[in-house]
Amino acid sequence: MSEATPSYWQPDDECMDREELAQLQLERLEATLSRVHRNVPFYRKRFDEVRFDPDRLRSLDDLEGVPFTSKQDLMAASPYGLFAVPLRDVVRLQASGGSGEASVVMGYTRNDVKTWSSLMARGLVAGGVTKDDVVQIAFHYGLLPGALGVHAGAERLGALVIPVSSGNTKRQIKLMQEYKTTVLVATPSYALHLADALAEAGVGPAKLSLRRALLGGEPWTEAMRRQIEERLHVTATDNYGPSAAMGPGVAGECLERSGLHLAEDHFLAEVVDPATLRPVPPGQVGELVLTTLTKEAFPLVRYRTRDLTRLVADPCPCGRTSVRLARISGRSDDMLIVRGVNVYPGQVEAVLRAVLGGEPRWELHVERPRALDRATVLVQMTEQAFSDSMRKQVELRDDLRRRLASELGVGMEVKLVDPAHVSLEQGRVRDLRPR
Amino acid sequence: MLRIRNLDVAYGARVVLRRVSLHVRPGEIVAIIGANGAGKTTLLKAVTGLVPALGGEIALEGRLVGGLPTERTVALGCSLVPEGRQVFADLAVWENLILGAHVQLRRHRHQEIDEDLRRVYGLFPVLEQRRRQLAGTLSGGEQQMLAIGRALMARPRLLMLDEPSMGLAPLMVKSIFDTIARVAAEGSTVLLVEQNARGALKIAHRGYVLETGRVVLEGASEELLANRDVQRAYLGRDVDAHAEGRSG
Repeated sequence: MSEATPSYWQPDDECMDREELAQLQLERLEATLSRVHRNVPFYRKRFDEVRFDPDRLRSLDDLEGVPFTSKQDLMAASPYGLFAVPLRDVVRLQASGGSGEASVVMGYTRNDVKTWSSLMARGLVAGGVTKDDVVQIAFHYGLLPGALGVHAGAERLGALVIPVSSGNTKRQIKLMQEYKTTVLVATPSYALHLADALAEAGVGPAKLSLRRALLGGEPWTEAMRRQIEERLHVTATDNYGPSAAMGPGVAGECLERSGLHLAEDHFLAEVVDPATLRPVPPGQVGELVLTTLTKEAFPLVRYRTRDLTRLVADPCPCGRTSVRLARISGRSDDMLIVRGVNVYPGQVEAVLRAVLGGEPRWELHVERPRALDRATVLVQMTEQAFSDSMRKQVELRDDLRRRLASELGVGMEVKLVDPAHVSLEQGRVRDLRPR
Repeated sequence: MLRIRNLDVAYGARVVLRRVSLHVRPGEIVAIIGANGAGKTTLLKAVTGLVPALGGEIALEGRLVGGLPTERTVALGCSLVPEGRQVFADLAVWENLILGAHVQLRRHRHQEIDEDLRRVYGLFPVLEQRRRQLAGTLSGGEQQMLAIGRALMARPRLLMLDEPSMGLAPLMVKSIFDTIARVAAEGSTVLLVEQNARGALKIAHRGYVLETGRVVLEGASEELLANRDVQRAYLGRDVDAHAEGRSG
């Protein structure tokens, strides 16, 4: 099959007519609400508190009247409090959060596991993986759902899976060569680390069989993608799935690499303003809120992911009809409100990267000298840039100022700092306003 | 083919269906399963206009049919095979079939009627053998075939069946489900209401589980068959005893 031929795992579902999809979503939403209301005391109580009667929901827009569910809610009910089926119907547990941290326990029925593997297979196929590929999974195998999620999807697809797990870079490289790995599954930062280690070991990409990288588990950037693709000779795609909602496979990029196709027949997405919790205007950045439409064991209603993204609705050349999530650009926990405008550090970072290139070091300071907020972006210059003429520096500063104002919708001061005197932390935010 | 959104139906003060939404795509067999009194029959009656909807909308091939009289929904291509067969016992088999073609009769399309008769006899050879026999003398299974055949004479684009397996001997149940699958394979779209969840889901593409008037589950048939709630409630399988037996 040629590169250009679009290929789907479940074409009828992935390319469904939007109107048909809306009907299916409504049906599944109504069924889910009826189920959680009947089976999960937490949701019944929550609904009652705000006098939300699930029988009165009439359209997807009515979801606005349904209470949100937070990570804290999930933790408070952990391990089994939010399960919607008896424990004996659950065939798998996974958990989010590392050791020591409080975690959320997710349960999966037999059907959930099956749905998960087919959604993951969708993501793998979208990223150009076929049944003929040799897939090396360098996610950590354990309670976190990442590794097993991709593993099951790749097996479902019929690919050959190498469950090497994370770490032990030398071994990763050895297996990659010996087993002729064609697809790397890892976090983007680990993919870059592998590229470094490969270079150090003198193993050029030509000595490998790699052709795809399916990356996820953390936010990353276009600059990282370019590096990974060039250094490993792969096409790198992004895959996303909050653990609580399922794990990887909730959304995944196709080879167009312009946003992650959301499995809308299984998840209903909203993007809300984290401050007001009202929906943002279409296409604007905000916090992603997910409602599961088919999960049996651990359904979620309006779960606040804390991940920042925006929905891309225009059609994708690949033929999939779903909306796409723009690359996750940060966490809503990091959001600041400056003069009434929501500001995400990720947006600042993106502007600086676009103008300066590389991995800029910068801080954002917010003060309130009198009544008004004042935000200042401190940018650490390279030695070379700092030795430029004053005029050039002023031009750069003004350019940054303009772009920040247009991207963020609020004006900020920009200060270029001499690397010889100050060393800035990467992307630190200091809110110095009186509380 | 059929799209229902937020359908509410009540008999007086008794609410029977609560914001039921479902759809049937062309060529699909969709099963609605649920216990007695869940509202399954009412749902079919609402689609054919036999009971009025309190709220919501029903669209047949994109056309809203809420509030239309039954003759109109039949003319639009929607036929219902009611529960308990209800054939005309003292008319011959062929007369029963011709009555099903009343839409064509009215339009004097006699050639079409002949074609349809041949098609029905092709599906149910036993009806051809007994075409001159009074319908009341047929066995229960044969009467069910006649009822389906009669509905097919109206050339429905959507064939709705209410408990077609009810009261039939096990062998006949299998044969009726096989026939429904064949009718669909020949191009009809089928909405099937059944208490025999296993039989219905085996031939259906998708299904909905109706509980006290609400849809609580929608999914591909194999998913519903694998759902433990469905197994416990409708498949007559004691999954827990089964699991314990295996582990013990």
